[in-house]
Amino acid sequence: MNGSADTQILDFACGLFLLAAVGALWRRELSAVIGLLAVQGAALAVIAAALGADEHHPELYAVAAGVGLLRAGVLPGLARRALAASGEDRESQPLVNVASSLLAAAALVLLAYAVAQPLARLDASPGARALPVGLASVLIGLFMLVARRKALSQVAGFLLLDNGITAVAFLAAAGVPLLVEIGVSFDLLLVVLVLRVLTVRMQSAFGATDLDDLRELHD
Amino acid sequence: MNTALLLAPVVVPAAAGVLYLFLGWRRTTRHLGTVSAAGILAFGIALAVRAVHDGTAVAASGWLRGDPLAGFLLIVIGAVAFVACAASPAYLAGERAAEHGDAASERRFAVLVQAFLAAMCLAVVGANLGLVWVAIEATTTVTAFLVGHRRSRAAVEAAWKYVVICSVGIALALLGIVVLYAAARHAGLSETSALSFQELAGHAHALDQQATRMAVALIVLGFGAKAGLAPLHSWLPDAHSQAPAPVSALMSGVLLSVSFSVILRTKQIADVALGTGFVKTLMLIAALATLAVAALLLIGQRDYKRMLAYSSMEHMGLMTLGAAAGTPLALSAVLLHIAGHGLGKAAAFCAAGRILQETGTSRIDAVRGLAARSPVPAGTFATAVLVLLGFPPFALFASELGIARAGFAAGLGWPIAAGFTLVLLAFAAIAAHTGRMLLGADPLQSAPAGSAGAALRAQTPLIAALVAVAFIGVAGWPLAHLLNAAAPLAGR
Repeated sequence: MNGSADTQILDFACGLFLLAAVGALWRRELSAVIGLLAVQGAALAVIAAALGADEHHPELYAVAAGVGLLRAGVLPGLARRALAASGEDRESQPLVNVASSLLAAAALVLLAYAVAQPLARLDASPGARALPVGLASVLIGLFMLVARRKALSQVAGFLLLDNGITAVAFLAAAGVPLLVEIGVSFDLLLVVLVLRVLTVRMQSAFGATDLDDLRELHD
Repeated sequence: MNTALLLAPVVVPAAAGVLYLFLGWRRTTRHLGTVSAAGILAFGIALAVRAVHDGTAVAASGWLRGDPLAGFLLIVIGAVAFVACAASPAYLAGERAAEHGDAASERRFAVLVQAFLAAMCLAVVGANLGLVWVAIEATTTVTAFLVGHRRSRAAVEAAWKYVVICSVGIALALLGIVVLYAAARHAGLSETSALSFQELAGHAHALDQQATRMAVALIVLGFGAKAGLAPLHSWLPDAHSQAPAPVSALMSGVLLSVSFSVILRTKQIADVALGTGFVKTLMLIAALATLAVAALLLIGQRDYKRMLAYSSMEHMGLMTLGAAAGTPLALSAVLLHIAGHGLGKAAAFCAAGRILQETGTSRIDAVRGLAARSPVPAGTFATAVLVLLGFPPFALFASELGIARAGFAAGLGWPIAAGFTLVLLAFAAIAAHTGRMLLGADPLQSAPAGSAGAALRAQTPLIAALVAVAFIGVAGWPLAHLLNAAAPLAGR
């Protein structure tokens, strides 16, 4: 493969990555949101592989395979099983409606481009130029965490946030050291497993997974 | 030799956890956790002695590092864990008597507590920011089910908020770490050294300023979430009030300080890369905001476990204030504060757990007349509160005095004055609430539970902790030497 083809694949994957993040905010069916998370995970794996080809870093292929397996396969699968168990598929009353959410997403993407300037200036590689995409996903994930009221929506927001951080790591520095990457992935898997168990408990204690019901504890 | 010394504090609790997994919680194994905590304490002392006399121990090709600060924190973890684990058999027996637990939940409790200890020890001896992040995030997942131990609605709610807020906070720290890594790689550090505290501090002047500023702000915010600092603190009162008492003791007494120590180590890098002003400003804002939240919510507090949780926030705010001053005196005082607060808060939470079991309520106005009804837990609770309020002869008196003096000397007169005004407000609130609990006529009119002798035996670990806080407050020995060696590692 020559350099320009790699760059095109990289740009395409980054575009897909960002679209998936915005799409997750747009759709209210949780199953569609989970599908978009899987797409985003796959795009992340392609980003890692394209960077590996671009920088002649064969180790990155293995990382890409691991990332793809975890973020396009295992985590969305876990979320889908939790969804099937809960039996409620729609984010019925988000705090912010869809139109405003999309406007917010546009503003967040612009913000991400502004914030990423110091990092993008560090070096002029094609990866660093695409870096705002990762930050945009982080910000959209944070927005989803505060604006949605279903437990699973929060899990999805958290995954968007984490995918964004991993994308920043790949685009800015071709990924953190392998040992750290493995540790981070393991922790992420544990968090999602813990949240899944807690959703089940929440359902048996409250009868639903609406976070508005969580108001036993306050001052 | 170094590898063994550095890995032992992680391996000992991990092995104890595996043993609990297979053997379960029974008469013969219930003190295994205490033994494991004593092991952490012993290896912490060995490491501290070695680090002070023969210099820092490095192992596992630079991933693990035992400097005096790591040794000191291991000693605090070991000591607080010793108190919490020694108090666990009585706590679990009390839960069993109230039909809140069965053999499976006791086994899970024991396994998770040991895993929690192993993760905290790894975070302390880790020399690599990435590894430390992994260990601290692991403490969140491990303690999630400890917070939700009782499975009541309140416990599930607390566990959910705890996991979501802490994971998001710590994810922001990961973003900061990633940005710092990119800046370090750009400055020419190799893949393995670009996240090592030591290498980063050595090459800090070569880091890109703007990227480092963003990274440091995210790291302070993220680890600050786990350390109970504003603005991501709202999980703390829920989690600390819902967790079983020994777990609250560990979370409040050491987990907050362990996360805080990561901020201290990051500050060291940032002070070289960005000048001392940047982190100092961040820390002052976080400290005063935390103190303000804690003091205001303590005034109208109606739940004594939440009162202790907000008191933890108050003390974390105070430590941050001292760290912002950043002089050696201030940092020695902060480290002494970590030790004194850890032991005092462990005793306070364990005593509060006993009071909760005896009275069945955690509402302050429902437990009047405690001193007359069950004098032993009331006595330990009152003494622990005196420790936390900073009365002499206990260690927090000396450390708060040190923080105030060092702060004024460092030219932070106004922030220190504002901070200590808020501390005074918290002092008045805690003293008034505790007074209401201990004195007055008993509204329940219930018979005291068990004999005074049995109550005294159950409370022995807490009394030992309080004696220890008084001892280090009066004598300073044997910590003074170690604090002097560790303080420079926590600042410039």
